[in-house]
Amino acid sequence: MKKVKVATVWLDGCSGCHMSLLDMDAAIISLAQKIELVYGPLVDAQEFPEDVDVTLVEGAVSSQDDLNKLKKIRQRTRLLISLGDCAVTGNVPAMRNSIPVQRLLQQVYVEGVQANKIIPTDGVPALLKQARPLREFVKVDMCLPGCPPPAKAISSVIAELLDGRKREGTLAVKFG
Amino acid sequence: MPQKKLSVRIDGELISALEGQTILQAARANGKRIPTLCDLEGLTPVGACRLCIVEISGTDRLFPACTTPVQDGMSVTTVSPKLTQYRRVSLELLFVERNHTCSVCVSNGHCELQAMATEMGVSTVRFAYNYPKLDVDLSHPRYVLDQNRCILCTRCVRVCAELEGAHVWEVTSRGIHSRIVGDLNQKWGDAKGCTSCGKCVQACPTGALAEKGWAVEEMVKKNDNISSLVRRRGVQA
Ligand code: SF4
Ligand code: SF4
Ligand code: SF4
Ligand code: FES
Repeated sequence: MKKVKVATVWLDGCSGCHMSLLDMDAAIISLAQKIELVYGPLVDAQEFPEDVDVTLVEGAVSSQDDLNKLKKIRQRTRLLISLGDCAVTGNVPAMRNSIPVQRLLQQVYVEGVQANKIIPTDGVPALLKQARPLREFVKVDMCLPGCPPPAKAISSVIAELLDGRKREGTLAVKFG
Repeated sequence: MPQKKLSVRIDGELISALEGQTILQAARANGKRIPTLCDLEGLTPVGACRLCIVEISGTDRLFPACTTPVQDGMSVTTVSPKLTQYRRVSLELLFVERNHTCSVCVSNGHCELQAMATEMGVSTVRFAYNYPKLDVDLSHPRYVLDQNRCILCTRCVRVCAELEGAHVWEVTSRGIHSRIVGDLNQKWGDAKGCTSCGKCVQACPTGALAEKGWAVEEMVKKNDNISSLVRRRGVQA
């Protein structure tokens, strides 16, 4: 049987959703036999592959870099899943949304510190005006809310997708 | 004069109701549950949240069960794909209107808004988030009002007026600018009318009103106490 190509992506989130993904105990072993992890923080690949079956995206879209990545992922993925509250609602990253970006950076990197009062620009992507959920930028095929989503919910969704089923809406996952 | 008995059908089942009862009251009296959010047993219903909408045979309009009186021969549908669709939209609009960051909320896991969203199978919203800048009033020595989490159900307004008799809360402005304010728009801590009874906090379905000193997920409301207090005092809503 051809293995299903799965990618995971980490945008503006805390990596807690990836931890939850790893937290599925023995289920991960049987899953590993059916899927090939082709991209993500858990594997080495540098470039997002061309032809991915399922991509789980953690985190909100907070920077131009996040947005560029997301658009590329969308083009190269058949099923895009918003993984966790940040990807689904904006969650904690979106708590900055009513503060202007310059004001925010000033507060955090200049007024909020004792030494090295510099707003970093080197090697860090510029922030967008607001951090927003994936769905507001690209088409999302399924949402898996939770902060983080329970490991069981993640494994059952993946298992269902592998069986060729998709049953959004009947998942007993807490929203928000 | 004894109340007149009416016969009504709810989801096909024939039940008897009393004249003057709302559809919600008649349904509850017969052990049938209709989803609600702004309603709290014992307080005057206001029809603010639209979660309790039902279909009535013979008309295309949807009616809120909590404020619509039963009529003899009425046939009511409380569950249908159309109703679920509208209930979901109402919930989604509540979520996008303010800032519901459940992961950092005192009421996470004990919130009626959240529970209702889960029940209706909401897994995302289809509208753009509003992300407004809103106040958190920490001026009361024991309680907090966080506008980010308020759904304008007005349970606080009603419980304070109808049960405590203090009339602290009211709604100011209109539409999306509506806000719950205390004592004619003063800080809660300066509201002389407040007796600090805590009834509004217990009645609030969300994390908008909370006791101080609780961390994330720790605020469990006791709004059953409000309803049983009403029953014991025999207050008529
Ligand atoms: S009030 Fe309810 S829905 Fe809003 S943030 Fe708190 S737990 Fe979430
Ligand atoms: S604590 Fe009691 S008196 Fe004060 S606002 Fe709330 S319900 Fe009213
Ligand atoms: S503060 Fe709570 S009880 Fe009052 S209107 Fe807002 S959500 Fe309802
Ligand atoms: S419960 Fe009827 S409108 Fe809110």
